[in-house]
Amino acid sequence: MTDATISGAKALIECLHNEGVDTIFGYPGGVLLPLYDELYDADIRHILVRHEQGAAHAADGYARATGKVGVCLATSGPGATNLVTGIANAYMDSVPIVAITGQVPTPLIGNDAFQEADITGITLPITKHNYLIKDVNDLPRIVKEAFFIASTGRPGPVLIDLPKDITTDEIEFKYPETVRLRGYNPDTKVDTDAVKRAASMILQAQRPIIYAGGGVIISNTSSELLKLAETINAPVTTTLLGIGAFPETHPLSLGMLGMHGTRYANYAVQESDLLIAIGARFDDRVTGKIDAFAAQAKIIHIDIDPAEIGKNVRVDLPVIGDARGVLQLLLSHLREKQGKPIARSGAWLGKIDAWKNKYPLQYTPSDTVIKPQYVIKEIHKACPDAIIVTEVGQNQMWAAQYFQYEHPRTFITSGGLGTMGYGFPAAMGAKVACPDRTVIDIAGDGSFQMNSQELATVVKNDIRVIVAILNNGYLGMVRQWQELFFEQRYSHTELTGSVDFVKLAEAYGAIGIRAEKPSEVPSAISEALAADRATIIDFVVDPTENVFPMVPAGAAINEILEQEVTG
Amino acid sequence: MRHTLAVLVDNKPGVLARVSGLFSRRGFNIESLAVGVTENPEISRMTIVVRGDDRVLAQVTSQLGKLIDVISICDLPSSESVDRELVLIKVSADAITRSEIMQIVDIFRVKIIDVGTETLIIEVTGNQGKLRAIREMLERFGITELVRTGMVAMNRNTKTVNGDDT
Repeated sequence: MTDATISGAKALIECLHNEGVDTIFGYPGGVLLPLYDELYDADIRHILVRHEQGAAHAADGYARATGKVGVCLATSGPGATNLVTGIANAYMDSVPIVAITGQVPTPLIGNDAFQEADITGITLPITKHNYLIKDVNDLPRIVKEAFFIASTGRPGPVLIDLPKDITTDEIEFKYPETVRLRGYNPDTKVDTDAVKRAASMILQAQRPIIYAGGGVIISNTSSELLKLAETINAPVTTTLLGIGAFPETHPLSLGMLGMHGTRYANYAVQESDLLIAIGARFDDRVTGKIDAFAAQAKIIHIDIDPAEIGKNVRVDLPVIGDARGVLQLLLSHLREKQGKPIARSGAWLGKIDAWKNKYPLQYTPSDTVIKPQYVIKEIHKACPDAIIVTEVGQNQMWAAQYFQYEHPRTFITSGGLGTMGYGFPAAMGAKVACPDRTVIDIAGDGSFQMNSQELATVVKNDIRVIVAILNNGYLGMVRQWQELFFEQRYSHTELTGSVDFVKLAEAYGAIGIRAEKPSEVPSAISEALAADRATIIDFVVDPTENVFPMVPAGAAINEILEQEVTG
Repeated sequence: MRHTLAVLVDNKPGVLARVSGLFSRRGFNIESLAVGVTENPEISRMTIVVRGDDRVLAQVTSQLGKLIDVISICDLPSSESVDRELVLIKVSADAITRSEIMQIVDIFRVKIIDVGTETLIIEVTGNQGKLRAIREMLERFGITELVRTGMVAMNRNTKTVNGDDT
């Protein structure tokens, strides 16, 4: 092979093989013709989406379900710009994807050529790094670097822009074995002194709480987190992206904190004297009014990204490093000092248990109209081990609150960007990655319509995902805010009569099921679980149901709105 | 508070856009930015002057550090470094004022690099204090145009801003 040259297109396929890529989500176009011609025979599964945004989200869902790098591919110009939302979404949630875009031939770049867009310029602020390949000889190195950058350190999306002439230029192919980047070294050494100080702060604390974020899942640190919580006898609350990092059935679990978090998680944070943040970034949806957040607590912030330290809150002790390495070291220090679980005074956990009993998550059940919370609980009952993917809005919050997650990578959601339309294609990506798992997209009628075209993709490729639409005929979360804060002026949030989701499913060759009464919910779920095709369940739910508890934007997280519950 | 950062970056197209884009989207204020290649042709050096408290400086530094093309970032405190900037000032000058301006130029030990019938162009190199002083002196003659390179700075003594990964 050393003498022979191959085309850039073929070289790219070879690079992908070298990176262990088995699946690409993509959409062809003019400048990608040479590459797609190579893909025709390649030993890589290419899933043809129906919109490039679907490809980006599918790559994202694939990555979150497995921890591997997801790959999406789109043509120049509009194909590339259609990836943008998906890339921004992956960037906000630190998801490793490599996005490959076609580009007009290098001599035409900058000439406003047909289907030209400056996609490296456009994605500069929403990628961890990006590349425009100008010489085919750089291609193997760039692909190697792209996968390395995407998957190491704090992961994130990397874009490679590939001009058409580069795909036809010839290269003597050799895949580099190592990466050498002067300005990037993700191997952070854990600061032993900082970890020692953390250990002594923990031993001194009376009311500690662990606040775990998506970083725990990304770094595969769940078992260390469990050990830490049990060793120091501290309750654990997770962010939206941290859901699954700690088993929610565990007595020390407080569920999610923040705007729609449990009351007991928020109260515990506010009364704690030590907040141990692990792989979390103090987002405004978590902290509420920042000055009032955990005001009595000292804060230990464990994060791999130094730029997160002190970005939003003052931190008493930063510990930079991979969460797993830090927690392992922390555990060994704690064990040295303390052989058995810390016998902290029972008052703190007792107080928390009292809050748990007094302020559980609650809603008013109904025999006549389907409550969305009931749907989530029934889904959990039917398949507790499913991978749950969500859209964005009320559906997402109910899925976060009412399904009890036990394992990492079982809850996949768009946290930072809050991308409506994310869930369905991401579920598709998760199902492709984990074909033996049940994958359910908890959707709203609004969000689902943003990428419903991917029904064609899941049917054609036999990707058996279930979409559970909590159909309330509204953009529910916006409607909720209008009800609470805008005098019930429901400006442009009503969606009733949009589409018959059962017929829509059937039009694409999927199965459509409708449930209109609470009694129909369990059978609809079991029917979908037994189906031999992708299935949509249209749950016609109570349109007036709101997500509670709720901390209004800008309020302190213990200033909680709650609903009256009957029955 | 003003901070002067020496930032070593890969000498590649697009790096300046990455750095300046980061500053604008994160809301950091750049007072000046000067860039040029170093003794190593693969590496460019930026001197960035930013205004902000220690928290802002920490954010600027760590956010810059995340850019793949950024090799190293070094804060240069004014007590331990020297800084210079070059400024060209076009000032109105007629037969009456010209000699007075030339006196000022002599006192400041700067150079006149172009003489016209109605203007002079003065080249000033110096630290920020000197630039401010001469500008104030020339203002009353009428400064018609002014261009600055942005400040460059360097550590005193043997200390270097070393970007090599040794």
